[in-house]
Amino acid sequence: MLKQHPTARFILQRGGWYLLTFFVAVAINFLLPRLGSANPVDIIMGRSSSGLSAEAAKEKEESYLKEFGLVKLDASGKILHNAAGKPIKRSTLEQFGNYVLMTFHGDLGTSFQKYPKKVTDVILQAVPWTIALQLPTIVLGWIIGNVLGALAAYKRGIFDKIFFPFAILLNSLPFFVFGMLLVYYFSVVLGWFPAMGGYAGELIPSFSLEFLGSAAYHYALPFFSIFLILAGGQAIGMRSMGIYELGTDYVKYAQWLGLKESRILAYIFRNAMLPQLTGLALSIGTMIGGALITEMIFSYPGLGMAMLTAIQNNDYPVIQGVTLIITTCVLIANFSVDILIGFLDPRVKAGLQMGGN
Amino acid sequence: MKMLRNLLKNPMFVIGMSLFLLSLLAALLGPIVHKVDLNRVAESYAPPGDGLLLGADNLGRDYISLLIKGLRSSLYVGFLAGIIATTFGTLIGIYGGFKGGWVDDILNVFTNLFIVIPQLVILILISASFKDGRSLTLIGLIIGCTGWTWSARSVRAQASALKSRDHISLARINGDGTLAIMIKHVLPYLLSYVFMVFIMQVASGILSESAISMIGLGPLDTQSLGVILNDAKANGALGDGIWWAFLPATVIITLTVFSLYLINTSMEGVFNPRLRD
Repeated sequence: MLKQHPTARFILQRGGWYLLTFFVAVAINFLLPRLGSANPVDIIMGRSSSGLSAEAAKEKEESYLKEFGLVKLDASGKILHNAAGKPIKRSTLEQFGNYVLMTFHGDLGTSFQKYPKKVTDVILQAVPWTIALQLPTIVLGWIIGNVLGALAAYKRGIFDKIFFPFAILLNSLPFFVFGMLLVYYFSVVLGWFPAMGGYAGELIPSFSLEFLGSAAYHYALPFFSIFLILAGGQAIGMRSMGIYELGTDYVKYAQWLGLKESRILAYIFRNAMLPQLTGLALSIGTMIGGALITEMIFSYPGLGMAMLTAIQNNDYPVIQGVTLIITTCVLIANFSVDILIGFLDPRVKAGLQMGGN
Repeated sequence: MKMLRNLLKNPMFVIGMSLFLLSLLAALLGPIVHKVDLNRVAESYAPPGDGLLLGADNLGRDYISLLIKGLRSSLYVGFLAGIIATTFGTLIGIYGGFKGGWVDDILNVFTNLFIVIPQLVILILISASFKDGRSLTLIGLIIGCTGWTWSARSVRAQASALKSRDHISLARINGDGTLAIMIKHVLPYLLSYVFMVFIMQVASGILSESAISMIGLGPLDTQSLGVILNDAKANGALGDGIWWAFLPATVIITLTVFSLYLINTSMEGVFNPRLRD
């Protein structure tokens, strides 16, 4: 049945591939934090056990061990002890099994810093902000960057001479550098925009007009700092693609026919767009990573800030939870781009491009 | 030689190369020209002025000394990560692309997996687990070991395009082994390309280091441009308008990365004549 629907087959294949990637990501998320110094409980105990009696320290350690899923539990959820009264440790494999089971139940553990708040709650609070900031920025940055790039390729001349070096400069500006410069100039020097936060501090998040206005006001600077850099990068790629397309016969033919510039530009755009979409799929991880750091610069209440706070407080469960969510978001974004490619690429429709990653 | 002459005619290349050499010179000769002193020499955030050209940081340390030290660290991390990532990427890419078959399939799956999982996430997870003893070299190693993916991908594409060329078939008829062909007949064709990959890897190494340091997971044993920015952010220098705490460092990072991008773009233009005017 799928033979008749190459697009559906392509999308299913890609979906299977991302599922595999997701499993690897979960495994990495579990393994990497265990690479370094011993186990996290020792580190936390080293900080928080001073001033506690031996009995209290032991109790605290056991609660952490349990929290992290490091020890064996009996049926009622109590820690099993060996003959010497020490808790029995789980093997790494058992820990991993436990971690996977909990993750797929949507349980990412409990935050240390905001005890007893669940990691899932910390993340759920932050995710809407990150999506609201990054999704429109990446989509708009991609579209506008590509249109400008195609224009630069087509026009060349003075427009290109000014535009291209400017785009390279924008592209080589690290996200956080540009964010800092914008904050400094527009918030500190000019005082036009707020320097930090996602809304005025005295407001409570709601759907009131006042709150939405404040959120929009706080949105402007982070939006532009991500948007401009993204658009610059896309424009550079589109420009080279466009110049390549311009050398092809169909463009020359269209010019001889005397077609309108905008029409030719549309043809070029359509053909150069697919590689640009593939490029987007490859670089979306880097984009989201950079945008998260921009969120930190602006103390925007999204995932970036949740991550920064967690790192500053050695809040391992939150760090791990946030990295997993970021990876998941990147995978979903990638998959969406792939679906788009599935519908736009004539080769996929013709059933030609089946296995390629 | 002709290639070099073509490059030197390209203003973008000349500007990029001059900027990069300037930054390299500042890092190498900086300590000779300006005595690097990381002790408290002034008040916290003393403004630029007499004796201190760029003022002092929150601990009263001379910013010029910090910046020289930071630039040296950033370039060191950039080159370390760049060399590791380019070597890994080139080896995996050439081997996979040229050899094909199941080895290529496995390498390809592996590469694509790690292209999709964001490098920043892996960097954060590893760096956060090394709470003590997170050195500059360790960070360079981690960045290099996580950044090779896209260079493997692009080198692979180039190598597999070369596979069916006539001179390769001739070498095969001649009885050369695969390894010998790769070294003698594939690598030389890719050298300029690999060099461009290397330049981009150095740039991305510098950026990754400053990004990870910005988050507060930077090296604990030395200064780096990212650490300077992190200190500035953590102490609220940005909101207080203390421009000398972050502006010089951001300008140095940007210009260094910009110079590398310029070199790369201009080389692309020389190798791909269609992009030229």
